[in-house]
Amino acid sequence: MDRAEKRALITALALLLFFFVLIVYAAKGLKIDLPTCITDVQPFKEGRLIQHAPDRYELQVVAKMWFFDFNQGQTEIEIPAGSVVDIYLTSADVVHGMHINGTTVNLMAIPGTVNYARYKFDKPGVYHVVCHEFCGVGHHAMMGKIVVK
Amino acid sequence: MRVEGGIKFILLSEIVFPILLLIFGVYHGVMQVLYRAGVLKADSFLGIDYYQGLTLHGVINAIVFTTFFAVAFGNAISLYLLKKPLRPAVQWISWILMVGGTLMAAWAMFTKRATLLYTFYPPLIGHWTFYIGTVLLVVGSLLPFFFDWIPSAIAWKRENPDKKLPLAVFGVFVNHILWTIMIVPVAVEILFQLFPLSIGLVEDINPLLARTLFWFFGHPVVYFWLLPAYVMLYTMLPKIVSDKGKLYSDPAGRLAFILFLLFSLPVGLHHQFTEPGITNAWKLIHAIFTFFVALPSLITAFTVAASLEYSAKAEDPSVKNSRFYWWTRLPYLRLEGDKWLFSYFFAGLVLFFFGGITGIVNASYNLNLAVHNTAYVPGHFHTTVGGLVLLAFLGMSLYMVAKIRGTEVKFKGLAALAPYFWMQGMFMFSYAMMVGGALEGFPRRTNSGLTYLNPDSPLYRPEWVGYAQLSVVGGALLGIGFILFLIAFFGTLLAPKIRESVVEFPIADAYHDAPTPVLNNLKGWTVAAVLLAVLSYIPPLYDVTQRGVFHNSPAYNEKYPIPIKQLQQTEAQSKEVSLKEEK
Ligand code: HEM
Ligand SMILES: [Cu+2]
Ligand SMILES: [Cu+2]
Repeated sequence: MDRAEKRALITALALLLFFFVLIVYAAKGLKIDLPTCITDVQPFKEGRLIQHAPDRYELQVVAKMWFFDFNQGQTEIEIPAGSVVDIYLTSADVVHGMHINGTTVNLMAIPGTVNYARYKFDKPGVYHVVCHEFCGVGHHAMMGKIVVK
Repeated sequence: MRVEGGIKFILLSEIVFPILLLIFGVYHGVMQVLYRAGVLKADSFLGIDYYQGLTLHGVINAIVFTTFFAVAFGNAISLYLLKKPLRPAVQWISWILMVGGTLMAAWAMFTKRATLLYTFYPPLIGHWTFYIGTVLLVVGSLLPFFFDWIPSAIAWKRENPDKKLPLAVFGVFVNHILWTIMIVPVAVEILFQLFPLSIGLVEDINPLLARTLFWFFGHPVVYFWLLPAYVMLYTMLPKIVSDKGKLYSDPAGRLAFILFLLFSLPVGLHHQFTEPGITNAWKLIHAIFTFFVALPSLITAFTVAASLEYSAKAEDPSVKNSRFYWWTRLPYLRLEGDKWLFSYFFAGLVLFFFGGITGIVNASYNLNLAVHNTAYVPGHFHTTVGGLVLLAFLGMSLYMVAKIRGTEVKFKGLAALAPYFWMQGMFMFSYAMMVGGALEGFPRRTNSGLTYLNPDSPLYRPEWVGYAQLSVVGGALLGIGFILFLIAFFGTLLAPKIRESVVEFPIADAYHDAPTPVLNNLKGWTVAAVLLAVLSYIPPLYDVTQRGVFHNSPAYNEKYPIPIKQLQQTEAQSKEVSLKEEK
């Protein structure tokens, strides 16, 4: 290995290490973490929006062919700005995706499992929810909307 | 090395057959940008619907074309560098399995029996011929390695006990070892989960397990596409730049290949970052390994640049002492001899530079939340597999066809220009997809023209319109580039023969070389790679079968929100009712 090669290798390693440290900082320091293994919630059959406190909600979402069931069949819900929402997600049939555009909530809905993310909706506005995994002929028409007032 | 008869037919058809399919694959790529932008607001066009076409686009371009090329290239490399004839029996069985399997799967896809996309995630389920066809293609692609190239390498080693395996053969071998290992999990998924479900042998399966097994295969497969291109970059590119060109370092090449062997496998969870049922500590560990696997690509970037510098300076000594000026001496658009091939590698490398950077974004654990399954992802991988890999494979296909047919490369000017059209088109396409995806959440795998980009739909998203339109312009340039290539390719294929049919490659010597006994121990590294892969997958497999999963899921097909079994029962019942009524 000549000098130039050695330098290139060390630079590459240093760069990757730097990126990785930032990632761990974002995950553990800033608490922007990935979904993990949920073992204590059974998959549910129907969507529900439950208010636990004025600004604390629990949202149980069932993705199915071809809409998001946010609350007993509703595809649109309304919550006040500043609410912290615990989002649970499952699927009633095939694999779906759920991306709340403009947020870090980006989850897969897989039958037989429950996915989870927590998000604080600070900014008022309309949050579009998109299914981003192919789920059959109606995939591009999956409805879902969260209105933050 | 001369080739004739059956072997010549096999080598040629292993190149031509997938390129014929690729014509459809690329055609539908162009259709996709039109559908997505709403230029074409329809479910289907000419009898092929969007998702069916997308399935064909993914399977043909990323699985069939690449696998055929890897086998044809490996055959030719083994023949040329080990100087042992190929074994017709092995080659014919492999050919029949690969072509037969491909036709089976193609039948299922063209007849709308397997609209599953190339990831075929259950509980969506297709016709069994799709699954078995895929398995046959894969089995066929393994045979030459085990029954042809390895025996030839052993014989070669006996004759050349103190030489090391040529670097190109070494790279091809690492690639097929990797291919063999990664096939195991996806074969388990297909044979024990999907195939039994598709013929009704079992009623339900565990979809999360299926996904985990799929991605155990699905990440390393991208290196199976990439490594033949790397073999060309290391061993051939310097020779194309200059007859006096040299590879900067042979040991660096071997080190890169071994690192790929080790770290390509324990990384599949980076495709499942947003999935439930898997402990995120394991996702982080796979993220670390993914960063390790960026290392051999960074080594390659250095070595390729150094080889280009050495070769450009060897070609034109007047730039010998300049630090940057040698860049102007590369044959960007030249038609003498084999220099036209440089365009393919150069355009590919430029795209791959961005592919590498954007890949690190994907791999970055929580950053993945911003891009997962958005259009960013296809934006990224069209600069890798649709960039360097495709261009290197197309260029080398044209080169090999000219040699094997014994013709000149026809329409060389078009052949040399095609990659630049492709590169420019891909820049626009990928930029649009990546920015629209990452910043605005434009999803992938979506016929968005019907809803999101349709002003009459309640789902209309005006903020995506500009990105979709830019991707149409990119798609058009890509289509033009591909047509230019096809003109040169078929012109060459059908040109009159003027030379002997040969298999030949421009192989460069190494500038730095040294014995590398540790790196050359392929058996040892293979064992290490298998161990690392198994260890890194035991805990996630435990999660997805024991801890994080509650019940199993029946099969659906893409049209009905009712499980297939129930659907068949209701169909049978309604038939009975109507029969009774008739009576
Ligand atoms: C004219 C050239 C091409 C165009 C315009 C094009 C366009 C596209 C588009 C728009 C998508 C995304 C569709 C969607 O997610 O809804 C896509 C997906 C894809 N493309 Fe291409 N493509 C081209 C060439 C290629 C090539 C050469 C390859 C590989 C060698 C390739 C491999 C793929 C794969 C694997 C997917 C993913 C399919 C999926 O998500 O299931 N494409 N392409
Ligand atoms: Cu969907
Ligand atoms: Cu990957």
